[in-house]
Amino acid sequence: MATSPETKKRLVTAALLAPASLWLFVFLVLPFIAIVVFAFGERAPEGGYQPSFTLEQFANLGARAAAFKNTLLLAPVGAFLCLVVAYPVAYYLAVKASPRYRLVLVSLVVVPFWTSLLVRVYAWMYILGARGIPHLLEMIGIENVRLLNTPGAVLLGIVYGYLPLMIMPIYVSLEKLDRRLLEASADLGAKPLSTFFGITLPLSLPGVMTGVALVTILLLGEYLIPQLLGGGKVFFIGNALVDLFLQSRNWPFGSAIAVTLVVVVVFILLIAMRIAWRFAGTRQVDLV
Amino acid sequence: MSKDYKDNLPISASGFMDEFMRLKRGSVSRRHFLGITGLGLATAVMTRFPGALSTPAYAAEDLGTQMSIATWPNYHDPATFENFTAATGVAVEVNVFGSNEEMLAKLQAGASGWSLFVPTNYTISTYQKLGLIDELDMSKVPNFSSTTQNTRFTSEGQIDGKTFAVPKNWGTTGFAVNTDKLKTPLKSWKDFFEIAQTEADGRAMVHDYQLTTIGSALVSLGYGFNSIDAGELAKAEELLIKVKPHLYAINSDYQPSMRSTDAWMTMCWTNDGAQLNRDMPEIAYILGTDGGEIWTDFYAIPKDAPNKAAGYALLNYLMDPTNAVKEHIANGAPATDSRVIELLPKEITSNKIVYPDEASLTPLEFGAAVTLTDPARAELMARFKSA
Repeated sequence: MATSPETKKRLVTAALLAPASLWLFVFLVLPFIAIVVFAFGERAPEGGYQPSFTLEQFANLGARAAAFKNTLLLAPVGAFLCLVVAYPVAYYLAVKASPRYRLVLVSLVVVPFWTSLLVRVYAWMYILGARGIPHLLEMIGIENVRLLNTPGAVLLGIVYGYLPLMIMPIYVSLEKLDRRLLEASADLGAKPLSTFFGITLPLSLPGVMTGVALVTILLLGEYLIPQLLGGGKVFFIGNALVDLFLQSRNWPFGSAIAVTLVVVVVFILLIAMRIAWRFAGTRQVDLV
Repeated sequence: MSKDYKDNLPISASGFMDEFMRLKRGSVSRRHFLGITGLGLATAVMTRFPGALSTPAYAAEDLGTQMSIATWPNYHDPATFENFTAATGVAVEVNVFGSNEEMLAKLQAGASGWSLFVPTNYTISTYQKLGLIDELDMSKVPNFSSTTQNTRFTSEGQIDGKTFAVPKNWGTTGFAVNTDKLKTPLKSWKDFFEIAQTEADGRAMVHDYQLTTIGSALVSLGYGFNSIDAGELAKAEELLIKVKPHLYAINSDYQPSMRSTDAWMTMCWTNDGAQLNRDMPEIAYILGTDGGEIWTDFYAIPKDAPNKAAGYALLNYLMDPTNAVKEHIANGAPATDSRVIELLPKEITSNKIVYPDEASLTPLEFGAAVTLTDPARAELMARFKSA
């Protein structure tokens, strides 16, 4: 039996894709189907799930309106703060830093990722806690300063935790920047500032949009940082989900919120891609 | 005799040390070590003679090498588990929880992996109803003595005459106050919620736990600790949401914050109160004159426990008064077993945090099973946390 080269090629492709597809099917698609099924069910009297077909859970979404509001506010604000801090760093790394040190500097950005986020957030708990910075302030006479468990601490933790995810895509897009364009701009009499806004920034926008999308999406599911640096008082969808599954054991309602969150993320991603295409004037921008 | 006695040994002295070091490093299993050194055989032989080893029960059954227990923060003497591991070769993994709800959720979800856990009195009937725990085989817990237990604290482990859980210790839910930082004397839950908004602004903690946080708020308003009355819960919610902006944190693991003096006041369980007061005498433990919780924590074994043999072995080990008394001294929670109380040093039995006057216990209430599964309390807690 002769196999045509075409068929063979297709078989090889299928074989190569099989492990990833199986993985995604078992660990992403199947659990998601389970969650959708749960979302239309009812909470059993002692907690958990009992089969039913009701829209009750979705009708009740308003009960977690505060969590949705906090999250939808925090995610863009956090991503914007990350951007403000990350852009100059990425610019320096890609444009200003001497090529000799560039690799070292880039690895310094990445190295903290080798330690668990949990450990790094705990470190912040000690730095911001009474025996950390407030203690130093006490030595110079400023008493009873409280830094831990404040909204500021949560924002600090978020910027710290997600910064590398913002720096890297911007760095990559700036590194590809054709320097001759900058020279041309200067030759034609543009001031550095207008060169930046006219050439550098627009050309790095794909990186910026990727970074913003990446950080925003991850922030929509953030749980750990508000829990540890916010003292459990700052409540996001991630926290609402944990409580619904682990405290009140209302799996159907938790599932409905999870499904809603997924829909919101997809929606935001679509809008972000539209904006990115518009700015870049092409559909060649991949966000994630 | 031409043969040296050493030739009959299963392993040379230096070989033994090599294997021993490998065991210590964790490169080989305990079973491998016992087998290759001949100690396993020796142990098996010795257990046939009562008294040859002090812990004969452990060798009778294969306990495996690992088990896990679900319990509460700062609730055990770490040495207890180390000693248990030394005696049995079973390493104990400790999981700590912030609420009974969380424990129940893990067991309901299945495959918790625990072989022993520490539920509180009011939850046991629900575990039994859901079929998540087994009736205990008391023949495997010979160290437990029902006659020396204080029945006030033990009844909820029995359902229809069967024993599903045995008591670990009892305690109360009051509050801890750093008297260096807060000068106003506090007496009641009413005081607690008032001071939390004024003198202790930004420095007070409540539990991330519906039973005690909602219960204490109810008590401060003059209602019952276990109320599920809609009107009373609404009042408690109003109070909690009013207090929330003034709180330092909503967290059941409050010892680190109290020790670092980030927090000056917190809802607090007896054992944490005793530990904090022992290390920092300026931290006082106060029982609300207006009420609050009295509780018993129990040991129970999940139906799907992966290592029941080790679970029973650890339970029996912990029921040995000589071990229980060490736990007591370390964690500061009062005992239900008079054999343990007899072994305690005077400074603990006379410690008013650990063994308060009977009069101060009178207004306290045991938690009720209904609060565990009541959706109204769960939703109230969520609204409080998201407010």
